[in-house]
Amino acid sequence: MFITSPKVLKRASLGYDGLLADIYWTRVVQYFGFRHHNHSLSYNLLAPLLEITTHLDPHLVVAYQFGASFLAPAPPSGAGQPERAIQLMEYGIQNNPDNWHLYYDLGFVYYMNLKDYKKAADAFARGSKVPNAHPFLRLLAAQMAEHAGEFDTARMMWTATYQNSQDKLIRQNAVEHLRSLRVDEDVTNLQEAVTHFGERMGRLPVSMSELAAAEGLPGVPVDPDRHPYKLMPDGRVEVGVPDDFSFATRGLPPGYKPVTKFHDLQP
Amino acid sequence: MPAIEILGFEKTYMVGFWRKRPKCALSPLHLTVRDGEIFGFLGPNGAGKTTTLKLLMGLVFPTAGSARLLGQEWTDPRVKAQIGFLPEQPYFYDHLTAHELLNYYAQLSGVPGKERSRRVEAMLQRVGLPEVKGVQLRKFSKGMLQRVGIAQAILHDPKLVFFDEPMSGLDPMGRREVRDLMEQLKHEGKTVFFSTHILSDAEALCDRVAIIHKGELRGVGAVEDLTSSVQGKVEVIWQGTQVPTSMKALGAECHVTGDTVRAIISESQQDAAIDALRRERLRLISIVPVRTSLEAYFVEKLQRAETTAGRMA
Amino acid sequence: MNARIGHIASNTFREAVRDRVLYNLIAFAVLLSGAAILVGQISIDIEKLVVINLGLTAVSLFGIVIAIFIGIGLVSKEIEKRTLYTVLSRPVRRWEFIVGKFFGLAGTLVVNTFFMAIGVFAALFYVAHKFVRADALILIALYFIVLEFLIICSLALLFSSFSSPLLSAVFAFSLFVIGSFAEDLRGFAGMAHGLTRWLATGAAYLVPNFSAFNVISSIAHEQPVAAQLIWHNTLYALFYAAMALSGAVLIFEHRNLKLSSAAKLRLLQALALSFAWPPAP
Repeated sequence: MFITSPKVLKRASLGYDGLLADIYWTRVVQYFGFRHHNHSLSYNLLAPLLEITTHLDPHLVVAYQFGASFLAPAPPSGAGQPERAIQLMEYGIQNNPDNWHLYYDLGFVYYMNLKDYKKAADAFARGSKVPNAHPFLRLLAAQMAEHAGEFDTARMMWTATYQNSQDKLIRQNAVEHLRSLRVDEDVTNLQEAVTHFGERMGRLPVSMSELAAAEGLPGVPVDPDRHPYKLMPDGRVEVGVPDDFSFATRGLPPGYKPVTKFHDLQP
Repeated sequence: MPAIEILGFEKTYMVGFWRKRPKCALSPLHLTVRDGEIFGFLGPNGAGKTTTLKLLMGLVFPTAGSARLLGQEWTDPRVKAQIGFLPEQPYFYDHLTAHELLNYYAQLSGVPGKERSRRVEAMLQRVGLPEVKGVQLRKFSKGMLQRVGIAQAILHDPKLVFFDEPMSGLDPMGRREVRDLMEQLKHEGKTVFFSTHILSDAEALCDRVAIIHKGELRGVGAVEDLTSSVQGKVEVIWQGTQVPTSMKALGAECHVTGDTVRAIISESQQDAAIDALRRERLRLISIVPVRTSLEAYFVEKLQRAETTAGRMA
Repeated sequence: MNARIGHIASNTFREAVRDRVLYNLIAFAVLLSGAAILVGQISIDIEKLVVINLGLTAVSLFGIVIAIFIGIGLVSKEIEKRTLYTVLSRPVRRWEFIVGKFFGLAGTLVVNTFFMAIGVFAALFYVAHKFVRADALILIALYFIVLEFLIICSLALLFSSFSSPLLSAVFAFSLFVIGSFAEDLRGFAGMAHGLTRWLATGAAYLVPNFSAFNVISSIAHEQPVAAQLIWHNTLYALFYAAMALSGAVLIFEHRNLKLSSAAKLRLLQALALSFAWPPAP
């Protein structure tokens, strides 16, 4: 579809901007889904398409949420344009000042992609003042101050994103992040256990079972897919099938390049 | 009270794309049609017959002049309830049936609800379309459409009826039926004004005629008067194929047709001819005065107009 | 007098129906059903939104196309086909003819919209599985759409009273397009100066202001419609249609009904063809 100025399109829609917005929204989903499926590294049209969609129908909340999830992150997960995502969120808030979801999405982008915890906190705080706002916004605002970098906070955010949207792609993305978060968390903890074992025993454990028994873990630790974590000879903990955890940053073999896959599972 | 009084109707159109020039479709026309007569409005195509009718119907507005129909101003909507109009080559709503169309027209003419279906049925019978229930008008032939046209013109029992080329599209049978219908209308006390370029119809039907050419009235009068015998000739018809020498001696033009002979002789020789036939024992069939046909009168009038125009040009 | 208008109106309605205009309902039903089934593939949370947007947009567009395509021929077709001659030779006033035609066309559209509305609600039920109170807003959107139809019908009739069908279609459609961004035009006029300002203001207020009538998107988002807007739109539509109709009447009352040369040619062709047909029984 030709991309032209949003204002021109709005006029050309002859008053049927709602439907045209829905059509462009369909285009957004197709565009992103197709490229993402083919592991594309560029999503140049995503921002303009989202801008057109929201200009035609400023109340199409799912479009803003999509922007929050996929405009900001770096390729191949997204378009790598966090600034434009912020602009989009602010436009959304301007047109829907009483919709607390949008403040959440704004904070989400600051937190997740720009790592600007102060601005994230501001956004959550603004959102919490909206009538009928979900109480957890105030909670999140507080969390930002001290516990921003923690696994729990991140988990809270991704769970919130999952629950706040019905869109398939947004949810799948959230699920994927939660799974990978779990892996990161597990690997971190397991790595600490290895270090602890090393300090106590003066050597590396020979197997996961030994480690588990020695550190009092409930059993051989398994990842969200129920595959056991591997203990490498050099003491590193690795996840069984790295390809299944697109966003994991820990437990990956050296020199591993991630491949994005989407899963349909409940965390 | 005359049925129609046209008082100086005039119509000039402006034609042309950029620079409009006046084109006179009708020069000031003065005409009176008497109550209860069949009046023929004759002229070649483009003479102004349809323009006159349209002016009377209020479809077109005159540049000057006025008219009275049944004593009232021609623009008075109330007078429309008492007149009927059949336009040239009528065309109707494609998707209606004849019943629906006539019913619609009856509604518009103010025929009361209970009367309507009875009238419509009666009209369709009268114009010779008894079996057209449920057939849409787009399936009708030209002749059938013409009959429907006549039906709509008379269904509200008007006192004054206008027909523009009523015979067009009809086969000889149909024309005969329409002629009979017009006679019937006259007997019912209605006035019939019809335009045509077919002179034989006018000759057969009309009490009076008017001839119009290039927007100007060329002649008005009773058919008989216009075609009165000026030649003083008679036509003799007798049985057989023999032409008696005495007849030839009278200088007659004789034509043999089948088993009869026709001869044209001057009026003064009428008695001599009868004697000649009696002598030869030939059976006389008829003797009638020869009239100038309306056609001849018509052509003569038109030619004279052309020459006058030519001389003036 | 009213009876005649009623007869002309119902005749116009019948002509439209017999001309198979209601077949558009089939296309509409197919479109809506297809969309209702497909929309679930895109985004579950906006199924209802899409069905309402698509349904109401289709109601509006189909209706406007019908209004223009039938409206432009209402007068010119009757003149060309001479059906008008036999009508006007009866005690029918010229203004009654125009008003009757208007009501006939408007009536056709109202009936059409009614059936379409049923389709929209059916599709809505299919995706949402129940009705909520906010769905009543759809009725308001439909009402506004019908008001738009009244305006378009009156404009189509206005153009039909003096112009050929093709030109009438162009004019009517152009006014619809410009009318859809009348608000922008007014804004532009407000900022312009001098002659441009006069011209733009004139155009902006002459053109029908359809922006006020289009509430499809906001109703799809379940936003309420101010009662004031309902009043305003009703009065505006009635006033505008009345003005356009008055214009049509004025023009028609002074029009000489003679055949155009194009029509004469077509008549000759029809004549030629008709001679090829077998004679009547």
